[in-house]
Amino acid sequence: MAQIRIVNLRKDFGSFNAVKSSTFTVEDGEFFMLLGPSGCGKTTTLRMMAGLELPTSGEIFIDGEEVGMKPASQRDIAFVFQMFALYPHMNVRRNISYPLVSQGMPRTAVRQKVHEIAEILGITDILDRPVGGLSGGDRQRVALGRAIVRDPKAFFMDEPLGALDAEFREHMAEELRALHDRMGATTVYVTHDQLEAMQMGDKIVVMNHGIVEQFGVPQDIYDWPATKFVAQFIGSPPMNFLDFHGMIGKGGTSVTLDGTALSLPRMIEGANGDLTFGVRPEHIQFDDSARYRGRIIATEYLGTTQIVSLETANGQIKARIASHQAVGIGQTTGLRFDPRTVTLFDAGNGRALRSEANHGVLAHG
Amino acid sequence: MAEVVLNDVAKSFGSNVALDGVSLTIPDGSFVVLLGPTGAGKTTTLRLVSGLETADRGRIQIGGRDVANLTPAQRDVAMVFQQYSLYPHLTVRQNLEFPLKSPILKTPRAEIDRKVGEVAEILQISHKLDNKSTALSGGEMQRVSIGRALVRNPSVYLMDEPLSSLDAKLRSDLRIELKSIQANSGATLLYVTHDQIEAMTMATHVGVLDKGRLVQFGSPREIYENPVSVYAASRLGQPRINVLPADLFGTAPAGATHIGLRPEHIVQGEGQDSFVERVEHLGDQTRLHLSFRDHDLITVTEAHTTLKGGDIVKIRPEKPYFFDATGARVT
Repeated sequence: MAQIRIVNLRKDFGSFNAVKSSTFTVEDGEFFMLLGPSGCGKTTTLRMMAGLELPTSGEIFIDGEEVGMKPASQRDIAFVFQMFALYPHMNVRRNISYPLVSQGMPRTAVRQKVHEIAEILGITDILDRPVGGLSGGDRQRVALGRAIVRDPKAFFMDEPLGALDAEFREHMAEELRALHDRMGATTVYVTHDQLEAMQMGDKIVVMNHGIVEQFGVPQDIYDWPATKFVAQFIGSPPMNFLDFHGMIGKGGTSVTLDGTALSLPRMIEGANGDLTFGVRPEHIQFDDSARYRGRIIATEYLGTTQIVSLETANGQIKARIASHQAVGIGQTTGLRFDPRTVTLFDAGNGRALRSEANHGVLAHG
Repeated sequence: MAEVVLNDVAKSFGSNVALDGVSLTIPDGSFVVLLGPTGAGKTTTLRLVSGLETADRGRIQIGGRDVANLTPAQRDVAMVFQQYSLYPHLTVRQNLEFPLKSPILKTPRAEIDRKVGEVAEILQISHKLDNKSTALSGGEMQRVSIGRALVRNPSVYLMDEPLSSLDAKLRSDLRIELKSIQANSGATLLYVTHDQIEAMTMATHVGVLDKGRLVQFGSPREIYENPVSVYAASRLGQPRINVLPADLFGTAPAGATHIGLRPEHIVQGEGQDSFVERVEHLGDQTRLHLSFRDHDLITVTEAHTTLKGGDIVKIRPEKPYFFDATGARVT
C-alpha cells in the first residue's frame, strides 16, 4: 500500500504540451479519480505514474521514493486497462494465477491465493471455465483478479468501465468501490464521467488542457468549484452562469444583476468588471414575489424532479424543482437563488473569487 | 405527419424471437420512445416500420396505409442510425442538402439554403458547413446525420439511439432541441434508446419492451408513478426501485411476494432501525446504502447530510408498490 505524490509533473510530446505542471497527492488507501474531458492529460498523467511514459520534468514519489525514471516493472503497480485483455487459451484459474506463477511462487501458495481472490470477486464457481464463454462482467472480474492477485502497492485503472453499457456500468462501479473498501488498496482511476468520479472517489483531480483545475473531496468540488470549467464539468445539468458587468467590494454580500440586488456569501476579495454569478440548478426556487425574473422555455420530467429551462436577462439557466410543482411554458416567474451556495467568478479568467464560503475549500486545493 | 399502427407484429431471426406479437399505436404528432435493455426488440421494431426488415406476421400501417408492400423510400420515413453514415467525399452542407435534392422532392434552391441553415444552427454545426464530412469529430458527424433527417419533412422520423455517441453536455442540449423540433413541427417520431433520461425527458409516450413484448405504454409520468410490473418499474428511476420481500416492513396484501419502494419513498427518521452501510455524495443528492433486516436498499437524502457509514437511521416505507411472484403489480 502506498502514498503517491506528484510534484510539478510535465509531459511534452514534441511541441505538444500534454501535461503542464501537475501537483497532487494520493494518500495511502484512497480511491483517487483523475477526471477530465478527452485530451485533458489524465491518461498521460496516469501512464507517467505507472512508468509507461517518462516525464519531461517533475517528480513522482511512491512511498517517499522518487520513481520518475524507474521502469514500470520496478514500481509494483497493477494496471487495469479499458479493454481488459485475458489469455484466451487459458481458463479463469490460470489467467488469475499467471502473474504469481511467473514470479515463481510455489504451487500450493498460488492455489490458496487464487482461491482467496476468487472469493473476494465472487467467481469461485467459474474458476475452471475457459474465459471464452464468459459474460462481460465475469471477464472484467477475471481481469481485476489478475491485477489484484499479486498484492501490488497500488492499482491504476484507465476507464475500466468505459466499454460497458449504462446499467452494467453502474453495477460494476459499485462492485469496484466495495472491493476497494474490503482491500483498502490505493487506487488511481481515470475517467471522463463526472458521475462515476463523484460516486466512487474519495478525492478527485479535475484536469483540463493539461492543467489541474481543482483537487479535493467530491462534495467540496461540487459545492465550491475553483473555476468555471469545474463548475460546468461537474453536475448534471451543470452550474448555471449568469453573466453580468458589475462590481463588488471586499466584505460585500450582494451584486446587482438586471437592476436587482442578489445576495451571496461575504466576499474576501473584491472585483470590478465582467463577472459570472454561479448557482446550481437545485438552489433555484420559483417565487413570484422575487424581483429577478425568468421566462420558462422548456421542462424535462425526471420522476421526482423536473428540470426547467428559463430565459433570463443574463442568459439561459436551468432549475431543478419538484415534479409535482406546476410550471407553464411561456410564463414568467420570480427566481430566488439560495445565497449561501452562490459562487462568483471572474468571467475573464474563469477563476472563482474567494468568499467566506469557499475559502476553506480553495485554500487547500 | 402520420399515425403509425402496429398490429400483432412478430419477427424472428432463426430461432431467436425478436418481436413476439407487438400491437402499438403511435399517435400522429407524438414522440414515442421505445425503452428496454439490449435484445428487448427496440431496434427490430424500428427497422420493421422503416421497411429495412419484413415482419413474419402482423400488420404495419403508416397514415392509414398498409406498408407491407412498400419500399423504405415509398414509406416516406427518415431514419437516423446509431452509427452515422455520411457521404465521405461531400462537405457537411452537401450532405445536409442531399435528401432535399432528390428528384422526387424538387426543392427550390432558396428553400434548400434556408432549411440547411436552420438545421445547422439547431445542431450547432453552422461553422462546419463547408468542412469535408470526414474532417469532423464523431459527435459532429452524428449531428450531421441527425441533420440529414431533420431537413426533410417525412411522415415519420425513426431514430435509433442517435445521441448515444455524444458527450453529456451536447446530449442534454440536443434532448431539448429534438423535443422542441418535434413539438413545434408536429412531426411523429419513433425513438429507440436504453437511456432512461432520454425517455423521461423527451417522450410523450414510452413503450416498455421486454423480450419482444410490449409490457406497458403510457406517458413517462404514468409509467414512473403507476408501473404495471417490477420490470416496468425498474426501467425508470435512478437509483433504481428497491425490490424486497413483501412482508419486510409488516403485513403485505394477499398474493404479494415483493414490495417495490422508490428510493425517495423511504421516509427517514421514523419507523424501524436500519444500518447505514455507506454514504455516496453525488453533489446535488446523497445516496444512503442501507441494510435493513439483512436486505440492502438505497435511499436518497439531502446533499449535506451528517449521516455516515456505521450510523443507525430509522426508516418507514411510503407509497409502496406490491408485486406478485410473476412480477405483476398487485396494488
